[in-house]
Amino acid sequence: MEQNPVFERATRFLSALRHCQVLAMNVHSASKDGITLMLPYSPQIVGNPQTGVIHGGALTSLMDTACGMATLCVLPEFEVCPTLDLRIDYMHPAQPSKSVYGFAQCYRVTTDVIFTRGFAYQDDPEHPVAHVVGTFMRMGKGIKGSKDFAGAIKGEQP
Amino acid sequence: MSDDFQEQVQRARQQGDYAALLQLIPYARLIGIECSRQSDELLFRLPANRDNIGNPLLPALHGGVIAGFMELAAALHLLIGTGSPGVPKIIDFSLDYLRAGQFRDTYARCQVCRQGRRVANVAITAWQSSAEEPIATARAHFKLEESPGP
Repeated sequence: MEQNPVFERATRFLSALRHCQVLAMNVHSASKDGITLMLPYSPQIVGNPQTGVIHGGALTSLMDTACGMATLCVLPEFEVCPTLDLRIDYMHPAQPSKSVYGFAQCYRVTTDVIFTRGFAYQDDPEHPVAHVVGTFMRMGKGIKGSKDFAGAIKGEQP
Repeated sequence: MSDDFQEQVQRARQQGDYAALLQLIPYARLIGIECSRQSDELLFRLPANRDNIGNPLLPALHGGVIAGFMELAAALHLLIGTGSPGVPKIIDFSLDYLRAGQFRDTYARCQVCRQGRRVANVAITAWQSSAEEPIATARAHFKLEESPGP
């Protein structure tokens, strides 16, 4: 697993998101070109008890987080970027008992909006479980509380 | 397990008691979704739960949880409302976040816009303070399992 400033910032950011901790999500890789998160299989995220297939909601949480965190890869400083919209196309069900990886990248950054896209896969990135596009709003650096949070993500002690 | 699931779907349809059915779906237990019948409609509720928080600053619910709640609500709405023998499979899901989901109870209601033989289109609205001020709207397509013919 590579170590670089984006990877370390991403890991600290993810550790602050409670629901992602509950899902045991972690940063697989991160660079200027995009981010890949990993969602381990767990019985608690099963959506179909008849097949053991994980629920789309867990996959959506993975991809919403991956797309949102892809903004960390392109912005020079941390900014709060809430999701405007998200669309997921499910190619086929995820196989039970296997981790899901979520890759996302920003393909256009404007002063107000960031456009992201990505996909989820298990064994083979060429054979995705789902495709995703998401749009995020740039709120700037001046949001209440975000300065401390930005410092924490950089690794500064409060 | 499978028979038990069918039995609970039947019971939910007939008696309007959904708790036992939701207990059988691990992801439903994880996020804590509840369902009740209000006059002729199904109302879904996601009680405030720290484990569902994403943004620690506000604090706000994780957008993915809101999405998962709405997607699960739509699937349950179809499962309970149609004669589908299993959980309908999701084809695609598109949602617009209108307001931050605060750390409080969230509600959702679904409307089946079109139900064909193989595919259903469902619109979902989620809100917190009042139904007139949704925090998110979404639409989903589901593949329906065709019931075995007579």
